[in-house]
Amino acid sequence: MSKYLVRRLLISIPALLGISLVLFTVLALAPGDPFEELATNPNVPAEVRANLRTQFGLDDPIAVRYVRWVAAMAKGDWGFSFTSRVDVSTLIMQRLPTTLFVLGTAQLLGLLVALPVGIYSAVRPYSIFDQIATTFAFIGFSLPTFFTGLLFILLFSIYLDWLPFIYRADISATGWRWMWEMARQAIMPIAVLGLFQGASMTRFVRSAVLEVVQLDYVNTARSKGLSERVTILKHVVRNALIPVVTLVALQIPGIFTGAVITEQIFRVPGIGSLLISAILSNDTPVIMSITFVFSALVVFFNLIADVVYGWLDPRISLR
Amino acid sequence: MDEQELRDVIAEVKAGRLSRRGFVQMMVGLGLTAPLAAQMLASAGVAQAQTKLAYKPTKRGGGGALKVLWWQGSTLLNPHFAVGTKDQDGSRIFYEPLASWDPDGNLVPVLAAEIPSVQNGGLAKDGKSVTWKLKKGVQWHDGKPFTADDVVFNWEFAADPATASVTSGTYKDVKAQKIDSHTIKVSFAKPTPFWADPFVGVRGMIIPKHLFEAFKGGKSREAPANLKPVGTGPYKFVDFKPGDMVKAEINPNYHVANRPFFDTLEMKGGGDAISAARAVIQTGEFDYAWNMQVEDEILKRLEQGGKGRADILLGGNIEHIQLNNTDPWTEVDGERSSIKTKHPLLTDPAVRQALNLLVDRASVQENIYGRTGIATANFLNAPPRFVSKNTKWELNIDKANQILEAAGWKKGADGIRAKDGKKLKLVYQTSINSPRQKNQAIVKQAAAKAGIDMELKSVTASVYFSSDVANPDTYTKFYTDIQMYTTTMTQPDPELFMNQFTSWEVASKDNKWQGRNITRWKNEEYDKLFRAAESEMDPVKRAALFIKMNDLVIQHVVVIPVVARPRVSAVFNKLHAPPSPWDSDFWNLSHWYREA
Repeated sequence: MSKYLVRRLLISIPALLGISLVLFTVLALAPGDPFEELATNPNVPAEVRANLRTQFGLDDPIAVRYVRWVAAMAKGDWGFSFTSRVDVSTLIMQRLPTTLFVLGTAQLLGLLVALPVGIYSAVRPYSIFDQIATTFAFIGFSLPTFFTGLLFILLFSIYLDWLPFIYRADISATGWRWMWEMARQAIMPIAVLGLFQGASMTRFVRSAVLEVVQLDYVNTARSKGLSERVTILKHVVRNALIPVVTLVALQIPGIFTGAVITEQIFRVPGIGSLLISAILSNDTPVIMSITFVFSALVVFFNLIADVVYGWLDPRISLR
Repeated sequence: MDEQELRDVIAEVKAGRLSRRGFVQMMVGLGLTAPLAAQMLASAGVAQAQTKLAYKPTKRGGGGALKVLWWQGSTLLNPHFAVGTKDQDGSRIFYEPLASWDPDGNLVPVLAAEIPSVQNGGLAKDGKSVTWKLKKGVQWHDGKPFTADDVVFNWEFAADPATASVTSGTYKDVKAQKIDSHTIKVSFAKPTPFWADPFVGVRGMIIPKHLFEAFKGGKSREAPANLKPVGTGPYKFVDFKPGDMVKAEINPNYHVANRPFFDTLEMKGGGDAISAARAVIQTGEFDYAWNMQVEDEILKRLEQGGKGRADILLGGNIEHIQLNNTDPWTEVDGERSSIKTKHPLLTDPAVRQALNLLVDRASVQENIYGRTGIATANFLNAPPRFVSKNTKWELNIDKANQILEAAGWKKGADGIRAKDGKKLKLVYQTSINSPRQKNQAIVKQAAAKAGIDMELKSVTASVYFSSDVANPDTYTKFYTDIQMYTTTMTQPDPELFMNQFTSWEVASKDNKWQGRNITRWKNEEYDKLFRAAESEMDPVKRAALFIKMNDLVIQHVVVIPVVARPRVSAVFNKLHAPPSPWDSDFWNLSHWYREA
C-alpha cells in the first residue's frame, strides 16, 4: 500500500511539471500584457512600462522565466500579482474561505438532494415520483448556472425584492444578525450551484442504485425477511455508492478553485472571480498559481479516489 | 474667433457683462476644454470663481453607511501605482491632492490653502515655476502633521525611475522644493502653460513621507502602507481585499469642518456594469456605481420607477474614425502602414471629404448611444450645441457622390467606384463591442450608396488595445484603411490630447508603435501651431492655437469624429455626489451626503 502511494506520488511529479510547462507556455504566448492599460494612457511615458517589465522580469526569454517560476514554486514562493503587487498566496488565502463556504455548502446541498431522490427513484423506477424527479433533473442540468443565476436574481431580488444579489464577504454585523445577513446573501449562489450539481448527481445515484438493486443478493436479503429499509440502506446503497464517492472526490478540487461564472454573477469574492479578473488583466503569476494548484488538487484527489476505492471494495487491490 | 475677439470677451467678463459660466461655455463651444477656459480667465486677471460646494448636513458623521459599486474592483491603493481609474478612485478615498478639478474645470483647493495665480504671487509670470501654500493643521490618519516635506517627498518618490511609478510622467521633468514648512515651489524646465498637473487631481495624491520614506525606488512594492493606506482624506482605512472590497470609516479629525457625512464607506468591486446599474438604479441596494458602460436603452428602462438615476457628464472622450495616411497593404522594412508609404486611396482629399459626408452621426446617437454618445463634428471636446461654424457635419450621400464623381472616381459595373484601376474598397476595423459593430454597419451602408465598398473587421478588445508588438491587429499598428475607437482625454488640458497629430509622434516600428500619432498624418502647419502652444504662456493666444489645431484636423478629415462619450455613473436618488469629468469620481467625496 505505502509502496503504491509512493510510486503514485513520484509519477505525479513529472505530470505536474508537464502541466505547468504547458500552462506557462500558453500564457506566455497569449496576446496582451499586464501593463496594457498603461500603454493606452498618454500620461504614462513608455519608459515606465519598460521599467516595470524589467522589474517584473517580463523581458526575459520564456525558458528563463519558466525555470525561475519552477524554482520559486518549489520553495513555496508563489510570486506576486502584477496588478495588485500583493503576494499571490495572500490573495488566494483571502478568498479561499468564501469559495470553500459557498461551494462546499453547494456541494453538500447537491448531495442532500441527490442521495434521497436518486435512491428513491431507483427503488421505484418509472413510478410517478421517478418521472417527476427525472424531468426536474434533466431541466436542472440542462440549464446553465449563468441562466438560473440571472433568473433567480430577477425573481428574488428584482421582482420580489427579498434577497440582495451582491455578495459581501465581510458583513459588518455580529451574532444572529450576521448569520441572517449571510444566509440571505448566500442562499441564491448556493442554490444555483447546489441544484445544478444535485440534478446531475441524482441521475448518477439513480443509475448506480438501479444496477445494484436488481442483483440476486438483494433478493436474498429480502427473502430472508429483512425490512425494505434495511435492505436498501445497508445492502444496496452501500455497494452502489462506490462510484458516487469517486465522483464526489473528483469534484472536491473544484470546490477550491471556485465557480467562475456563478461567482461573477453574484459578485462572490472567491477564487473563481480572482481567476477571471487575473485572466482579463493578464496577471500571469495569479493565473499560474490558481491553475497549477487546481491541477495539483486534481492529481491528488485522483489518488485519494483510487485509495478510497480499494478501501470500499476489497476486491480492488492496489499494487 | 481670433485673439482680439477673445480679449474683448474676457474684458466683458472682467466688467461683469458676461458671466464666467457664459464665457466658459462659449470657449467650450469653440473646442476648448472648460478647465482651459477657466485658466484663461485666471491668468487674464479675472478672479477664480470660488466653487460653491453644496453641503447641507450641519455636523460630521451620522450618515450611516455609504455603499458604492465599482464593477472592476480596486487592486491596489497606492496612487503612484494606480493603473486605471479603479485604483485611482480607491486611493482617492484615503489620499488627497493639493487641488481637484471641478466640473467646470476650476481648481478647488484640497490640501492647498489657496490656488496659485499671478495675482497672489503663486504663479511666476514666465511660467517656469509655481508656488503652492499648503493648508495648515492637516493631520495624517495616524496623527502626524502634514507638511511641505510630504509633498516634496512625493515628487522624489514618483520621479525616481527605479520606483517605476505610473505618475512619473507628471513628475520626472519638474523639480519640487520646500520653501518653508507649509510652502513648496514647483519649477519647470521651460515655460509651462499647464502648470496644474503635479500634485493636482488623480496623479497628484500625496502619500505620507514617514511611511514610504524607506520604500523609495526598487523596494516600493514592499511598503506595508501600499495595502494599508494612511492618508489625509475624509475616510480612514479599515480593510482591503484586492479586486473585491475597500472598507473605510469616518476620519474624526478631517480637516474640513462638519465633513464627512457618512460613518462608514464600502467600495465593492467585481461583476459587470449592467447588474451594477441595476443594484443602484433599480433596487437601491447600493448608493453609487462607477463607469456605467451600459446601453442607454437599458439605463432608461431601469430608471423608470427606479430608486436611482444615471448621471451623464460630458468630458473630452471621443469616439472617432481614423483614416490611414499610409499604405497598410504594402510592407516596407518589416512594417505595414509605414510612414515611407502613401495610402493609395485615402491620400485623395475627395475620398476623405466624401467619407466625412457618409457618417450618419445622428443615427449613431439616436439608435446606438442615446444619451451616452453625443453627435459631434469636433475632435476636441465640443458639445453639439456649441459646434463652431467651420466644423459642421452633415450626412449627404448625393454630395459625396458628386465629389467623388468630380474627382474622377467612376462607378463600375459592380457599383463600386474606381479610378486608374484602383477600386474604392476599404477595410474598416474596430474592437468587438456591440455598439461599435452597429456603428460600422451604419457607415458601411451609407458608403455603399456612394460607391465605396467597406469590409468590416472587428478585433477582440484585449488584442486590439494591447501594445503587443508581435500582434498585427493592434490599433497602434493600424494595418487597415480606416478604424474606429474612443480616445480618452484624461487631462483637463488639450496639450497632451492634441499631440496625437504631431509628426514626431508617428507610430512606427522604430518606436515599437508607441507613438501617439496613429493616423500618421503629417502637417507642418499643425506642428508649428502645436510647438507654439507648448510654450505659449498667454492663455488667450494658446486657446486660439488649439482651436486652429482642431479645425485643421477636421478640415483635412484626418479623423471623422462620431460621438462624444460622456462619463456615466449610477446614483441613488437621494445621494448628493457631484461628478467631474476631469478628476476621480471621488474628487469631492468629503462633500457627499444623503438626503433624509
